[in-house]
Amino acid sequence: MSALLELSEVSVSIGRAALLERISLRLEPGHILGLVGESGSGKSLTAMAAMGLLPLIGGRVTGGTVRFDGQDIAAMTDGQRRALRGRRIGFVTQNPMTALDPVQRIGAQIDVVSRLHLGLSRQAARARTLDLLTQLRIPEAAAVAEAWPHQLSGGMKQRIVIAMALAGDPDLIVADEPTTALDVTVQAQIIQILGALVRERGLALLLITHDMGVVAQICDRVAVLYAGRLAEENAVDPIFAAPAHPYTRALIGCIPQEGMARGSLHGIPGAVPGALQFPPGCRFHPRCPQASALCRATVPPLTPHGAGIAACHHLSVEAR
Amino acid sequence: MFSYLIRRVLMLVPVFFAVSLVIFLILHFIPGDPIDNLLKVGSSPQARTEMEARYGLDQPLPVQYGLWLGRVLTGDLGTAIVARRPVADLIAQALPHSLRLGGLALLFSSVVGVGLGVVAALNRDRWPDRAIMGGVLLGSTMPGFWLGLILMLVFSVWLGWFPVSGARSWQALVLPVLTIGLGGTALVARITRVAMIEAAGRDFVLLLHAKGLSPLRIQLRHVLRHALIPVVTILALRIGWILGGAVTVEVVFARPGLGTLLIKSLSQHDYPVVQACLLMLAMAVMLGTLLGDILQAAMDPRVRAALG
Repeated sequence: MSALLELSEVSVSIGRAALLERISLRLEPGHILGLVGESGSGKSLTAMAAMGLLPLIGGRVTGGTVRFDGQDIAAMTDGQRRALRGRRIGFVTQNPMTALDPVQRIGAQIDVVSRLHLGLSRQAARARTLDLLTQLRIPEAAAVAEAWPHQLSGGMKQRIVIAMALAGDPDLIVADEPTTALDVTVQAQIIQILGALVRERGLALLLITHDMGVVAQICDRVAVLYAGRLAEENAVDPIFAAPAHPYTRALIGCIPQEGMARGSLHGIPGAVPGALQFPPGCRFHPRCPQASALCRATVPPLTPHGAGIAACHHLSVEAR
Repeated sequence: MFSYLIRRVLMLVPVFFAVSLVIFLILHFIPGDPIDNLLKVGSSPQARTEMEARYGLDQPLPVQYGLWLGRVLTGDLGTAIVARRPVADLIAQALPHSLRLGGLALLFSSVVGVGLGVVAALNRDRWPDRAIMGGVLLGSTMPGFWLGLILMLVFSVWLGWFPVSGARSWQALVLPVLTIGLGGTALVARITRVAMIEAAGRDFVLLLHAKGLSPLRIQLRHVLRHALIPVVTILALRIGWILGGAVTVEVVFARPGLGTLLIKSLSQHDYPVVQACLLMLAMAVMLGTLLGDILQAAMDPRVRAALG
């Protein structure tokens, strides 16, 4: 099947800081790709690149291509890119509390998408909005449409943001840590909603998260990002069954397991380095238990590993 | 919302009393009195005492204050001592001139100020922004009376486009309006620019871009909408300031108005007139503040929610 979203060797810089280096991803219709990594690994930047929104945050693609449905986003005009956003690519933000315009009523903020992209009349757009809100199991949709953002809870606002993302009848949804700012109970609901959308509508979902638990729950494939580079990419089952990269292993080690002994939950020592202090060689080596002289000197190439790829000098040892 | 309005208006009552007391005291502590202006040179001390008794100036200050306040509260501003006319008449004659001048100046600084601020914000750190902000710096540091004199020199004396002074034609309004308006324009432009840049960096703007809205629409319909909240508040606060600021400009351009009346009465120690003028200006400031609060609540649902 041809990819709906395809990043080939995409590098991104903001100013002089090279923040993403040769990232390649593929997402097919009806699939969910999880993009994981700690804060600062470049996940959100990858999402911005996929949506053609890098200039907004002062970023630019310095290499590689981003293709949506076979078309190179960089070769499009501003107007063509705008016609993709909201229409074919829906976006769900990290913090629903600040994602809505506080001085515009909820309904109008959703209506505008279908009026702009689908050419609906005011009445038709509102009818579509109410329909979407009802599908997202929002009670009293008509009242919610007339409400102001500050009158809604965080979970409710995130559903509104999802409704906005769906209003243009998109093929792809990019969700940037959609549950991070929400209560745990609400997190599960939002993940359920997103999973159901993919199944029912055949959407593709690029799900950015640092929560491996969420990944295990709904993703088909996983791309692990570390310090602006792809560490590993594979289908979700092998990733969890036999993670190839020590960083992936460390991330999985952070998920609490049933029957785990008290005190055996692991963190990863240290933090993701800033873009101007990336270490030479493998960028993970200062935090890696297996780091060797080779890791400190040479960048590990991305090599095939089972059904996926991984970038680690110790793969052959680990893959046994 | 309605109960908030009531509370907000009630809060003005103590402010009004405090302001009236300060006005009264300051005026009576200035050396000299209106009788000096009325008596002929060489008048007898008896004539002076009689005169003082006639205008109630022989009473102790607290009594004078009480009497004045009582009259003001019943709508009687008294009679001018030197000008020998009802103060209300003098004010009624002067106020329309000041309101016209102040109103036009406010309109000018709102429209031009917001316009320049928007252009500067949209071209942030490029030459239109630098040019506008440079002009704004110049405009905001120039004192009004000096700017008035310069404008007069250039446009009236050298170019002869507008009359030097007076209030006989609309042309005579142009330079005074510019003189008062330019300072406000600078302030409004600067606030608009900063507020737009601040609003453009907010999270919800990213989502507007993600929805595929055009950048210009985002800037003008959403970002400007947010930026106008502080701008409108500042403009409302300036209502009183502009009427007060018109004082020097009216004198410079020899225009009738509250300012000219105030200065003239002040030099004659005509207490009832000065008190009435200052009270007018103070009320303008108070009403401006009230209007600012109301407009803010009208423009921001979160403010309305917080007020209950």
